[in-house]
Amino acid sequence: MPLYQIQKPAIAGTLESSDIQIMIDRNDGEGIDINLTSSVEHQYGRQIRETILKTLSNMGISNAKLTAVDKGALDCTIIARTIAAVHRSCGITEHYDWEAIDSWNV
Amino acid sequence: MERLRRTMMFLPASNPGMLKDAIIYGADSIMFDLEDAISLAEKDTSRFLVFQAVKTFDFSSTETVVRINSLDAGGVDDVHAMVRAGIDVIRLPKTTCAQDVLDTEEVILEAEKACGREPGSTRMMAAIEDPRGVLDAVAIAHSSKRLIGIALGSEDYVTAMKTKRYADRNSEEIFFARSMIVHAARAAGIAALDTVFADVNDMETLRKETEFIRQLGFDGKSVIHPRQIAVVNSVYTPNQKEIDKALDVIRAIEEANAKGSGVIALNGKMIDKPIVERAERVIALARAAGVYTGPEGQEG
Repeated sequence: MPLYQIQKPAIAGTLESSDIQIMIDRNDGEGIDINLTSSVEHQYGRQIRETILKTLSNMGISNAKLTAVDKGALDCTIIARTIAAVHRSCGITEHYDWEAIDSWNV
Repeated sequence: MERLRRTMMFLPASNPGMLKDAIIYGADSIMFDLEDAISLAEKDTSRFLVFQAVKTFDFSSTETVVRINSLDAGGVDDVHAMVRAGIDVIRLPKTTCAQDVLDTEEVILEAEKACGREPGSTRMMAAIEDPRGVLDAVAIAHSSKRLIGIALGSEDYVTAMKTKRYADRNSEEIFFARSMIVHAARAAGIAALDTVFADVNDMETLRKETEFIRQLGFDGKSVIHPRQIAVVNSVYTPNQKEIDKALDVIRAIEEANAKGSGVIALNGKMIDKPIVERAERVIALARAAGVYTGPEGQEG
């Protein structure tokens, strides 16, 4: 059984400048579906999507529905908010597997 | 060269914009706060945010510190995340006794072993924030080789003492605590950091308070707003007159040593070991602050 199993709707991040708010939910058997809104979508939309996709892939998640509202977040913030949303959706609130998180991280 | 700890800037760990800009304000240390500045609901997201930030950003020579939660309230995850991310210093909140330091040190060692970080390389500092900690400051300061300093957290302290802060009355209510902490730190050979000054619009009182804690012997002060940094740093940066005087002392003692004489006088005043040590410290501080660039060795 994979470490991370998207179970319920969850949200992480804010709508403040330099942040990104990510909402995640189940998308059983339908792959990854990202609905992105960003003030810099024209310039960085593809990169933001790639960062989210890579983070989900690193966490072993192949099915999830995401809504992301970006306010100019750096990659490290996008990764942090994605990781947080996944953990919340999986119901993991303590004893995080830092070794697993660190194994694919920068 | 001695590391300067004139200013330690508190940053709420929940704010990506502040984390991104943390280094630009010129604080000697930046402290990501996972404890009191973060609501219970955002402990997890803030921890991930600081984890990524510390792994990603180049903080150059600025010391990175994180204030963790107590071990029974998320602190264990805080330690594992921060040690793995490469934080310089773990700051314990509300340290009441030496055992608090030892308990956290055990978790830090476990985290270092788990991620292959050199055991002992993660430093610690302890914030003393209540009367038990103040009265036990000496034992706390000597409790671990990892400790780089102890700090006073006055808001919780004055509440426990059934008083409040009286910044307009020279903060006499925390004079004993400050004295205990600076003595304990000096006895243990570690840094002493003063509490925050809460009014970010009152630069005049901040300057006076900083001059006072410098007079007591503190290494520096925690700050809560970037605009406080320049005021505190300037109080702790030797002026040209102080630098010139220190250089005179060092030159005089070097000449005396060359001649083989012992106690000497400069401008009619006796120069002995404590005065030389103070002069060396002035030059070291001036050099670290970038206001003196003379040849190495001038500070002895």
